Amino acid sequence: MATVELDNIKKRFGPTEVIKGVSVDVEDGEFIVIVGPSGCGKSTLLRMVAGLETITEGELRIGGTRANDLEPMDRDIAMVFQNYALYPHMSVAQNMGYGLRIAGLPKAEIAAKVQGAAKLLQLAELLDRKPKQLSGGQRQRVAMGRAIVREPKVFLFDEPLSNLDAKLRVQMRLEIRELQAKLGITALYVTHDQVEAMTMADRMIVMNEGIAEQIGTPLDVYERPASLFAAQFIGSPSMNVVRAEGRDGALHVGDMGLPNPTGVSGPVMLGLRPEHLVPDAQGPITMQVMLTEPLGANTLLHGKLPDGSAFTASLSGVHRVGHGGEALRLSVAAEHMHLFDATSGARMDGD
Amino acid sequence: MGAGDRPLTPRMEKRVTFKGWLLPLCLIAPQVIISAVFFFYPAGQAVWQSLFIPDPFGLSSQFVGLENFEYLLGDPYYRASFITTAIFSTLVTLAAMIPALFLAVMADRLVKSAGVYRTLLIWPYAVAPAVAGVLWLFMFNTRVGVVAWYLGQLGYDWNHVLNEGEAMGLVVVASAWGRISYNFLFFFAALQAVPRSIIEAAAIDGARFWRRFFTIVLPLLSPTTFFLLVVNIVYAFFETFGVIHTITSGGPQQATTILVYKVFSDGFVGQDLGSSAAQSVILLVVVGLLTVLQFKYIEKRVHY
Ligand SMILES: Nc1ncnc2c1ncn2[C@@H]1O[C@H](COP(=O)(O)OP(=O)(O)OP(=O)(O)O)[C@@H](O)[C@H]1O
Ligand SMILES: [Mg+2]
Repeated sequence: MATVELDNIKKRFGPTEVIKGVSVDVEDGEFIVIVGPSGCGKSTLLRMVAGLETITEGELRIGGTRANDLEPMDRDIAMVFQNYALYPHMSVAQNMGYGLRIAGLPKAEIAAKVQGAAKLLQLAELLDRKPKQLSGGQRQRVAMGRAIVREPKVFLFDEPLSNLDAKLRVQMRLEIRELQAKLGITALYVTHDQVEAMTMADRMIVMNEGIAEQIGTPLDVYERPASLFAAQFIGSPSMNVVRAEGRDGALHVGDMGLPNPTGVSGPVMLGLRPEHLVPDAQGPITMQVMLTEPLGANTLLHGKLPDGSAFTASLSGVHRVGHGGEALRLSVAAEHMHLFDATSGARMDGD
Repeated sequence: MGAGDRPLTPRMEKRVTFKGWLLPLCLIAPQVIISAVFFFYPAGQAVWQSLFIPDPFGLSSQFVGLENFEYLLGDPYYRASFITTAIFSTLVTLAAMIPALFLAVMADRLVKSAGVYRTLLIWPYAVAPAVAGVLWLFMFNTRVGVVAWYLGQLGYDWNHVLNEGEAMGLVVVASAWGRISYNFLFFFAALQAVPRSIIEAAAIDGARFWRRFFTIVLPLLSPTTFFLLVVNIVYAFFETFGVIHTITSGGPQQATTILVYKVFSDGFVGQDLGSSAAQSVILLVVVGLLTVLQFKYIEKRVHY
């Protein structure tokens, strides 16, 4: 149980800078999800916290003390790997007890702790099995068990659920979250799945090409994305982004005129979440529907705007709109219009 | 193409079925013929000959049943050769495997120039055993050898021609030297195959380098270690003949006469073909038993 502070952390592999300065203060007991597309540096960041990669620049503090130069074993952390990294020659019990054995705990105490963790994770029946005799989900639990028996200061997870099927993933997602909350151990969790990020995180770090685009609670990021990247990465289906221009008190997208709540002028990027669009015969947005996806509770409409840019709307309920380019008028509430700088992609409404 | 086009066997084995018997016969024929010519026939001959004693001129031979074996088992020299062989093969196996493992572990730690080290470490394997024997013999030659000379400077009087322990040491080193390369290659490949994340998990669990090595890496290497154990013992038994022949010729006082060398010296030098053949048969049985034992008792434990 500890705070984790990253202070302008950078990582270079040779000449290429992979992490370009990430700063975040993780509070004690907080569940932080690091999310971003493949190759953006999530694992590298996590591995630097674990001590498996050296930190090129910046300072890492765990529990308030500088940890840059500590070996992994001296950081009091536990990590769950994507491929679980169980010791194949050891039984489940030995796998979970390995860290305690290294720490020199008496046998009886190790056995008791392993039993406790096994009960928590419903592994009690499997303690004598070898990893290869387990299913993927069971291996995942063993990896979790190995992490929790040591009661570390910090949990690190690197895409621990990506090898599981969708249903098990949802279940394990909840279990991990519950377990972490119960133990109150600070956790850093890497995933590229934005649903996982949204549902699990206290706060999330949206990463892109080695930069933390936004750090905030899931709702923060959803409602007030700090950049175009964060806006489009979080949310499903992803946000529509179209070129617009502020002129004469209105926001022009092609020849459509939308309200201009903040009164910007000049070219901007306008972001509209598909689920915030509502059908409105007088609405300022005209969309040409090319394809509908009825999902039951809502309907996805794919098509384009008059200026040709692709556009998606998600309307609640069932909508029988034709496919062949039928026009549909839509409107959007002013608070759901996101404006971004046309060049930097940064959020614009400065309030 | 649908998923149901072909029935999937539960275990996706690649099994080829032949219609006739001619093609399969042709395919296994080379193996069978080679085994027959170079193994079964000589082995059969050895068994047959072991039942006879040839006369001193080699003109005729007399059937004696198991007398050759009886004589051998009562022969103190033969029993001594057993012990020599046990000591020799144990030492060769250890001397060939432990340094190899150590070098492999060190090379595996290198990030950059591991390839260079690997290449350099393979070279000794290219040297034929007899040539390696001559090489070591020159270095330790009591009169002109470099190492012997330096030892002399240090006040140590090296003489493997007279000293039994030194003779044994020299043939062990000369036999093991080239094998280190071979073992190194296998250990190195096996080390590289150990998943990084398992090592990292152990590091995070608190184990430092040597602790990790003994509790994680070594157990994961055990299939390789076992394989090398079998191969090296067989090597020490059979393929070290050249080394022993060039360096000590089994001496001094039979101190380096291992079973195989005794087969040679009794048969070809001593011309006692019956006894030599009996020894071959015993050797065959011993190695067969050893291998069976190894597979029966060790193999079970090394596969995790
Ligand atoms: N040891 C290394 N040497 C050089 N470059 C590396 C090394 N490890 C990672 N990289 C590079 O750093 C970048 C970030 O890698 P990283 O593994 O952190 O990505 P990631 O966000 O975890 O991606 P994924 O979701 O695919 O796991 C990638 O471009 C990768 O090529
Ligand atoms: Mg990764």
